Amino acid sequence: MIASLPPGLLLIVAALAIPVLPDALRRAWTVVVPAAGLWALIALEPGTYLGFAWFGAEFVPVRVDKLSLIFGYVFHIAAIVGAIYALHVRDTVQHVAGMMYAGSGIGAVFAGDLVTLFVYWEAMAITSVFLIWARGGETAYRSGMRYLIVQIVSGVLLLSGAILLAEQTGSIAFDRMALGDLATWLILLAFGIKCAFPFLHNWLPDAYPEATVTGAVFLSAFTTKAAVYALARGFPGTEMLIYVGAAMTAFPIFYAVIENDLRRTLAYSLNSQLGFMVVGVGIGTPMALNGAVGHAFVSTLYMALLFMSMGAVLYRAGTIEGSELGGLHKSMPFTTVFCIVGAASISAFPLFSGFIAKSLTLSAAAYGGYAVAWLTLTFASAGVIHHSGMKIPYFAFFSRDSGKRCKEAPLNMLIAMGTAAFLCIALGVWSPALYSILPHDVDYEPYTPSHVIGQLQLLAFAALAFAVLIRYRIYPAAIRSTNLDFDWTYRRGIPALIGVVWPALWSAWQGFLSALAGGLRAGIGAAIRLAGPEATLARTWPLGSTTLWVAVLLGGFLLIYYL
Amino acid sequence: MTAHLPALQVVITLLAAPACILVRGRDLTFWLALLTTWAAFAVSCLLLDQVMTSGIVSYELGGWAAPFGIEYRVDALNAFVLLIVSGIGAIVLPFTPRSLLIEMVGEKAYLFYCAFLLCVTGLLGVAITGDAFNLFVFLEISSLASCILISLGPHRRALTAAFQYLIVGTIGATFIVIGIGLIYGATGTLNLNDIAERLPATGYNRTVIAAFAFLIVGAAIKLALFPLHFWLPKAYTYAPSTVSAFLAATATKVGVYVLIRFLFTVFGVKFSFDILPTALPLMLLAVLAMFVASTVAIFQDSVKRMLAYSSVAQIGYMVLGLSLVTVDGLTASIVHLFNHALMKGALFLAIGCIAYRQSSFRIDDLAGMGRRMPWTMAAFTAGGLSLIGIPLTAGFISKWYLILAALAADEPLIAALIVISSLLAVIYVWRVVEAAYFREPGPGAPSGEAPLALLIPTWVLIALNVYFGIETSLPVGVSEHAARALMGAGP
Repeated sequence: MIASLPPGLLLIVAALAIPVLPDALRRAWTVVVPAAGLWALIALEPGTYLGFAWFGAEFVPVRVDKLSLIFGYVFHIAAIVGAIYALHVRDTVQHVAGMMYAGSGIGAVFAGDLVTLFVYWEAMAITSVFLIWARGGETAYRSGMRYLIVQIVSGVLLLSGAILLAEQTGSIAFDRMALGDLATWLILLAFGIKCAFPFLHNWLPDAYPEATVTGAVFLSAFTTKAAVYALARGFPGTEMLIYVGAAMTAFPIFYAVIENDLRRTLAYSLNSQLGFMVVGVGIGTPMALNGAVGHAFVSTLYMALLFMSMGAVLYRAGTIEGSELGGLHKSMPFTTVFCIVGAASISAFPLFSGFIAKSLTLSAAAYGGYAVAWLTLTFASAGVIHHSGMKIPYFAFFSRDSGKRCKEAPLNMLIAMGTAAFLCIALGVWSPALYSILPHDVDYEPYTPSHVIGQLQLLAFAALAFAVLIRYRIYPAAIRSTNLDFDWTYRRGIPALIGVVWPALWSAWQGFLSALAGGLRAGIGAAIRLAGPEATLARTWPLGSTTLWVAVLLGGFLLIYYL
Repeated sequence: MTAHLPALQVVITLLAAPACILVRGRDLTFWLALLTTWAAFAVSCLLLDQVMTSGIVSYELGGWAAPFGIEYRVDALNAFVLLIVSGIGAIVLPFTPRSLLIEMVGEKAYLFYCAFLLCVTGLLGVAITGDAFNLFVFLEISSLASCILISLGPHRRALTAAFQYLIVGTIGATFIVIGIGLIYGATGTLNLNDIAERLPATGYNRTVIAAFAFLIVGAAIKLALFPLHFWLPKAYTYAPSTVSAFLAATATKVGVYVLIRFLFTVFGVKFSFDILPTALPLMLLAVLAMFVASTVAIFQDSVKRMLAYSSVAQIGYMVLGLSLVTVDGLTASIVHLFNHALMKGALFLAIGCIAYRQSSFRIDDLAGMGRRMPWTMAAFTAGGLSLIGIPLTAGFISKWYLILAALAADEPLIAALIVISSLLAVIYVWRVVEAAYFREPGPGAPSGEAPLALLIPTWVLIALNVYFGIETSLPVGVSEHAARALMGAGP
């Protein structure tokens, strides 16, 4: 029964039951349903399902192949882990939104046509925003609103592109597209917004840190990875993406380093991680695509792990400002360990999951001869080690002791973090587990001396640099601050410009409106007089006028015909 | 039996009409009318099926051979219009016994049913006949009968409205008969098909051109093409709601049918559009109708009058489609014939439900009706959505095909105008929705829902609106078939 439902839809439907379930059953339900979904997915054979034709278009709600399967697996795992992590939450809205959001993300990666993709695309946007709003308060509300607007715009662009494309090719199938005309550009832009391309990225560091403790874990997993999937499906080998991705890996590092809110640091770090995947998609060779997809897989897990550990800190310590934290390893030893596992994974430490995926992308860039891209990625790898590998655990758990003494994270959080940490290590140690589910056949050995030594050198020098900077107090101190990102342009710059131009436009518009209103009033007045509403005109008059018009029309026709 | 279907189509209701006078009993006449209308509906279903499977059905009345005797000639277009007329009649009739109308006329209900059946007969006859003079006769039957129906309205103005309808309708019919006479003079035949065959040989002389102009203008009056629509708002406003529902859904459709038949079959595409510049004036008038009538509809106080003006605008869409002179455009026109019948029928029936509870149709007096008569107002809103052309309603299908046809004919401006004029529909539908759902009910507001006997036919039409908004194979399939035949037909 479960297997016959489209992947993702099970979660969406099952989420509807959450509000009516009693408390204990609800807890089990939120974990069991994604697990059942995963079980059904493993049994699913590649192919297309439930296709139907409507309005002359071929809809393919479910298309299963290796590329969609791997995202399906990791989304289910993230949904399970996220649900365990959120077990203690009593707010039903978050549970419903979280599960529907996961279902929409899963549905999106199995969508075989652009319209189905659009539906899930918007469903992701609408369900996920509740995870931000659930935090409560004006900041979260406004941030969520901005997030929602951006996401909806992305969906609208996707739909516009899809319609144009269908008009040109007569098909709405979601397959590899050649970037060229308006349609494909619109679609790429839609993907780019969700994937947080540079200058389109502001929603990500804006919204994720404002989400609830558990909501951020869900958010980190689905939206952006679904966008990576969409890019890998639609635009593999688009050279422009290499440079976009390279820029994406590099520039968030600076923000991440100076940011004080540790979850916002993670958001920037996530943005940088996405860059790696975009580069892989841009290179487009089987190896690079494997790298991108594998990276998406492992990064979903370790980003979730890092967000979970920071969430636990926020939950227990009540703040996530780097300047307020420190020395928590005494109070939260388990969380500390899990956070370090996540940090080691994102730093691509050998034997951790980041290593086996990141080396694929780096090697593909090197083999493809993309020197600039390779250098940028290497620089970004070093940067990641800095801001996520070291800064996060250091400021939260070590650093100077803030004097905060709090309880260890609740059991369910520890179990969730432990599961994710276990997966991070297991995948890193036993690389064939990941490589066997990648979309292309893998002939790659991550644990060669050159890879390991190269990465260890990078790690060692990055660690050295971090230590030196901290020792000599050159490292940007953890201070309360607001950092200006490019969204200043959207939120302040453009409004300010409008503030100047607006009055002029406004008066012109008012003039136009009043002229229009005058014209309309005159026109409508005439229409009302002619149409003869209640007895303003003699009752026989319309009859005469009709006859007159009949004559005029006949005369007119005869005139143009005889001429 | 099936061989005589074309004759039965008209004869059943024609004989039942005088039978009503003999029977007299209020309930008996209702059942008689209901059964015969349903029988007519069944006949038109069978006819449509027969036409779609085995092509044109030709029937010689009384066994007189075609060019001399009267021929009933049914192709996809006729059969489809027959289906619309008899179908709407079959749905509207069950509405009548509980409607205000019958309660008012009381013991004289049999006269109403007689007129109703005659009106159905006339409209069916116009749609089915292959003989020009026969067409005129049926047209007269239908307009005299509808005149009676309109005059039954509760308000005294119904009488003047009926009178006006009579005069204007007669002018239209006169024009048509003048046109037919001129053609007869030029070709010596009254059989539509025969005329089409003989016209090229006659040559397109002044007589033929004059006949053509008279026929177009006559048909334009009948279908209420702007600016010859003055009779329509008044008639629909003051007629009983049941009658408005039936006439709005069928009478103008038959007018459009007559126009299409003469333009495309009798005179042929080459003469109508290549030799004579007919497409542009029609398109111009259609666009004017869409905008002027919609704008006027926005400013109306009375919901009924608003719907009537909206009908004029909707007729604009139908004429617009055919004025593109492409298979796509004609398909859109014919699809809209069908879909508009569904939506306007539903809307006027919803008005009929309101009429059961209160006598005023002013929009202000509908305040709070969403709470007082939830089912009625929900039906009205759903019909309004269809009128606007929201996806998943029949109205969307019409607009969709019309816009596609305009784009395919390389008229992006027309496509844009269609969209903009749909926005006008949003405004006038919204005014009602706003009053019904967002205002507090007034002191005199009714406190109960309309009886089930009124709600069921209304909701049947709403359900059809939704059904044909999703499953479009019937209207679109038949329309495409008809449009292909029309574009290929004629000299």
